[in-house]
Amino acid sequence: MTATAPVLSVRKLVKAYYGRSVLDGVDLDVGEHEVVVLIGASGSGKSTLLRCVDLLEDIDDGQILLDGRDISDPRIDADAARRAMGMVFQSFNLFPHMTALANVALAPRVVHGSTRHDAQERGHELLARVGLSDKADAYPDKLSGGQQQRVAIARALAYEPRLLLLDEITSALDPELVGEVLTLVGELAASGRTIVMATHEMAFARDVAATVCFLDGGRIVESGSAKQVLTDPQHDRTRQFLRRFTGR
Amino acid sequence: MTTEAIDRVAYRQSRARRSTLIALLSTMVFAAVLLFAVTSSPGWPRVRDSFFDLRIGWDSLPALLEGLWLNIRVLVVCQVLILIFGLCLAAVRTLRGPVWFPLRALATGYVDLFRGLPLLICLYLVGFGLPGLRLSGLPTSPVLLGGLALVLIYSAYVAEVLRAGIESVHPSQLAAAKSLGLNYRRTMRLVVLPQATRRVTPALLNDFVALQKDCGLISVLGAVDAVRAAQIQAATTYNFTPYVMAGLLFVALAVPSARLADWASKRVGIRQGAL
Repeated sequence: MTATAPVLSVRKLVKAYYGRSVLDGVDLDVGEHEVVVLIGASGSGKSTLLRCVDLLEDIDDGQILLDGRDISDPRIDADAARRAMGMVFQSFNLFPHMTALANVALAPRVVHGSTRHDAQERGHELLARVGLSDKADAYPDKLSGGQQQRVAIARALAYEPRLLLLDEITSALDPELVGEVLTLVGELAASGRTIVMATHEMAFARDVAATVCFLDGGRIVESGSAKQVLTDPQHDRTRQFLRRFTGR
Repeated sequence: MTTEAIDRVAYRQSRARRSTLIALLSTMVFAAVLLFAVTSSPGWPRVRDSFFDLRIGWDSLPALLEGLWLNIRVLVVCQVLILIFGLCLAAVRTLRGPVWFPLRALATGYVDLFRGLPLLICLYLVGFGLPGLRLSGLPTSPVLLGGLALVLIYSAYVAEVLRAGIESVHPSQLAAAKSLGLNYRRTMRLVVLPQATRRVTPALLNDFVALQKDCGLISVLGAVDAVRAAQIQAATTYNFTPYVMAGLLFVALAVPSARLADWASKRVGIRQGAL
């Protein structure tokens, strides 16, 4: 772990849908500039954990601390808390009636009070950052999946979030488009972004993640350095899960 | 081009010519049969004289057009009011939070009431009931009261169409807007409503085509619109041709709107197909 206080602390998080437990006491610390990768089978709770952290779901018990402040307290302004985080979704969720530039410039303009001119400038800057300067005026349905996801990443970065949450962002992409998105995430990680990412890309996790957490049945069964969890898992269920990816 | 390709094109062109020819022929035969069936019926000479008298039709045209001009003005004003009022109703029905419960319940009750109430009954109640109250300041003009009844009924329909549009926007769009820190009001205004209105434009235009002809019903309150003008002409000439003329005018008015609705739904279809 890092020496400084963690950016994100999840404490004994519990979440159930209609009586069915999805998260069953999750603890997680994410330090500044750290990349944490969540792995686990479909339905293990990875996405729900990310959605709870971004306050898109009401939690049932536990605490979520962002820079030491409890953002899961129902009395605080959730909209304000969400502004400190950027989220990227599996199915992109770009606004189809807005151009790539308008998607990226939306939050700076209406939420963070930038002038139209500043927001557009910021939008162009971010699109250049994700390599899509020439697509500023394109609507999402004219972009490939990989390009849409890069716009979505730019949108999430638009106001310098403390924490970037990536929810299986390459799962909906054609195999040949996965690379461009992962390369971008790798660059963001190298530039010191704090990232929590749910993914099935084990090779990527090994190369980029500081910490890998294996989720099963709504709990973090095993966590540690990427090398340790991925190559020398201690827990039976982790071994079973990884066997499907490595063929061992 | 290879000979096979030229051959292929030539064959396809010959098939296309053949199809056009067959369509033309069958239309002509169909029209001839229909014309024969109508004109050979025993009552045809009388029907022709009382419904299709060209001279009477032509003479009644100025009065009918003057009436239609009233219909068009009522239509345009009602359309604007219906859109505004319908949007307010739809927005109220999608409000969340306990504070809004009374408003929400009121809007739901309103929509239930005015979607179920026949337009004719609503016209009578508003047109004869409101002036009957003898309140000062209340309009007594049949045009205003008729327009009010149309707005009351059609707003309920339009509100439901808009609400369906609002609810058709996928929850993932709301999640994306929320995660950017947009509050509920901004999410509605910037993300949900633009997508919803685009999606329901064809259905809305369809409702407005229906409104176009229902504008003719304000005549029951005594407003001299195209239908009333036709009635007056028919009563003075002892001939039904003015009704036929008025009907044709309404159809002519509806055709551009219907084409517009077709065009809009096709455009939405293309856009959604591309998504």
